[in-house]
Amino acid sequence: MHVPDGFLDAPTSVATGVVAAVGVGVALRRARAELDDRTAPMAGLVAAFVFAGQMINFPVGAGTSGHLLGGALAAVLVGPWTGALCISVVLLVQALFMADGGLTALGTNITLMAVVGLVVGYAVFKLALMVLPRRIESVPAAAAVGALVSVPAAAAFFTLLFAIGGTADVATGKVLAAMVGWHVVIGLGEAVVTGLVVGAVVASRPDLVHGARGLRSARRPLVTQEAGA
Amino acid sequence: MGAGHGHRLHFHGHSVVHRAPAHLKILGLLGFALVVVATPREWYPVFGGYLLVLLGVLALARVPLGYVLPRMVIEVPFLLFAALIPFVAEGPRVALSMPGGWELTVSESGLVAAWGLAVKGTLGVLASLTLAATTEPADVLQGLQRLRFPDLLVQIMSFMIRYLDVVTADLGRMITAMRSRGVDPRSPRHWPALARTLGALFVRSYERGERVHLAMLSRGYDGRLPEQAR
Repeated sequence: MHVPDGFLDAPTSVATGVVAAVGVGVALRRARAELDDRTAPMAGLVAAFVFAGQMINFPVGAGTSGHLLGGALAAVLVGPWTGALCISVVLLVQALFMADGGLTALGTNITLMAVVGLVVGYAVFKLALMVLPRRIESVPAAAAVGALVSVPAAAAFFTLLFAIGGTADVATGKVLAAMVGWHVVIGLGEAVVTGLVVGAVVASRPDLVHGARGLRSARRPLVTQEAGA
Repeated sequence: MGAGHGHRLHFHGHSVVHRAPAHLKILGLLGFALVVVATPREWYPVFGGYLLVLLGVLALARVPLGYVLPRMVIEVPFLLFAALIPFVAEGPRVALSMPGGWELTVSESGLVAAWGLAVKGTLGVLASLTLAATTEPADVLQGLQRLRFPDLLVQIMSFMIRYLDVVTADLGRMITAMRSRGVDPRSPRHWPALARTLGALFVRSYERGERVHLAMLSRGYDGRLPEQAR
């Protein structure tokens, strides 16, 4: 999923690097305001969790496999700022220690997954919460919708970058159709897994779910549980 | 995508490359990658020169190619993507004669673009692997600190690296437990079980973070880490 070196030209890579640096800087400040001196161990452990979650590969077909991206998941579980920070750290560690994703493409990868994917995912999650009944049982469904939209949104933004600084002469419409079409499929898987994981945490430790703050469980008896809750 | 994320890339050694200061190696890698990306892809011989430079560094570090090459599978999905470009790109077509007597018509500019993507991506992965193979994680972190990376970011990275094996081993044990009960974690049919596992992993990791924080406070943590003991 990571963009390697040479996919986008040097000026675009530098520009996304600046966007990523600003984004990480803001996320650092906001996460610290929320977590105080717990930031380092908490964000570090959540980043390790996201990394571990990405290690599970699902067969997609035609011999390829995909894995959880975890942007919307992290945003719903620990909040958008800490979530963006965790995803950025995962990408940093993968680029610097594991040769996964080019170093010049690090800014692009952070911009796509930690900024665009996460902002869109969290915004859609919040919107979905407004539409759904104000109960804690709505949180997993809203998280799934956020995850569903965040993946093709990041793919569409990649297409935009590719149109500006791409290194291949492929019609933008074709890239957009292929990228968004393919990522809607990935987004569906991401949505199901995200919704189920959030549901599992909401069922056992609702106090830990940032996106469920201020929401109460339905009081009426005999409510049907969300699948996987 | 397809490739697993290995994170034991370090190849123990005592060469000049291993001993070089980490912050210089990081800057060197970044500079090298930028130069490779900025090089026009039609300068074919220059890329051969870049490859020789990398192979020279690897030889100097005494890291065998047999160690590095299998770890390059991480870029296979992108080579596949690059291989598709000649078929979908615009521009004049050229016919390539294939073994077996038939011809393949592809876009000429797409062919050049695919070459550019493949060669630049491959050089980037090889260069990153060289850094990972010759530099201990603790040294990379210190190098980042030297380069004035935000202190808090370096701390978060160090905690992630410190607990990566703990958390992934935790997940490994949970997956083993699932498999021993007849669950296939990859099959969508068993996603609910897998999701509960991941949910439990999140709660475990989060609570571990809280315990680590309390342990740090009891040892006098004031927002800054002492010099990393190695």
